[in-house]
Amino acid sequence: MIKVQEEDFDIGTELAAMTDGNHAVGGQGCFVGLVRDMANAEQISAMTLEHYPGMTEKQLASIEQEARSRWPLQDVLIIHRYGRLEPGDRIVLVATTSAHRDAALESCHFLIDWLKTKAPFWKLETSETGENWVAARDSDDDAADRWGSDAT
Amino acid sequence: MQLLYFGWVKTRIGKGRESLDPPAEIADVRTLVEWLKQRGDGYQSALEDLTAIRVAVNQEMTDLDAPITVGDEVALFPPMTGG
Repeated sequence: MIKVQEEDFDIGTELAAMTDGNHAVGGQGCFVGLVRDMANAEQISAMTLEHYPGMTEKQLASIEQEARSRWPLQDVLIIHRYGRLEPGDRIVLVATTSAHRDAALESCHFLIDWLKTKAPFWKLETSETGENWVAARDSDDDAADRWGSDAT
Repeated sequence: MQLLYFGWVKTRIGKGRESLDPPAEIADVRTLVEWLKQRGDGYQSALEDLTAIRVAVNQEMTDLDAPITVGDEVALFPPMTGG
């Protein structure tokens, strides 16, 4: 399931909803991304996430399908926020369920690596020196590439 | 043709979206970008370094050589920074 939203989410509620009543699930993998207060030694007061409505949902659905084709998953949840966030705020939740832990943990790691470089979001940091668009990092490309061919 | 800009491409051009009618001979994204660069300093600055530009046509990732036609939605943006 894909959710692109401005509002915050409750991790406990979301994780519980994925497994309630599904006793085929033996393991759940989860990653939560948060806004940090530092970037390049500058103090960050806010981070504003812009996205491409329409394409964002398509890309995330495509990434979810890719994960489902690679691992035997019961369910996939991606919640990605947009709008103005502050340090400590949750940005993204990726959660997967499977019969076994390897599929749940590996697919979760895959999903977060892929959406770093393939989900159409752009981050604008606000600091005391002004506003600055966050540059993509080669290390994020490398992290996505190690999972193999680009199907999106 | 619907044009969409995101990230610093939007900031430099000064708008996030516009509707334009490029000349009929513009048949791919690369020539569209060259045409846009003639429209002013903001476009020139945003689209100067093509290695930093990513392209989506009708909300699908593609590249500068992608063909385009009149009714397409073309988006130009920097590398994505999700997650």
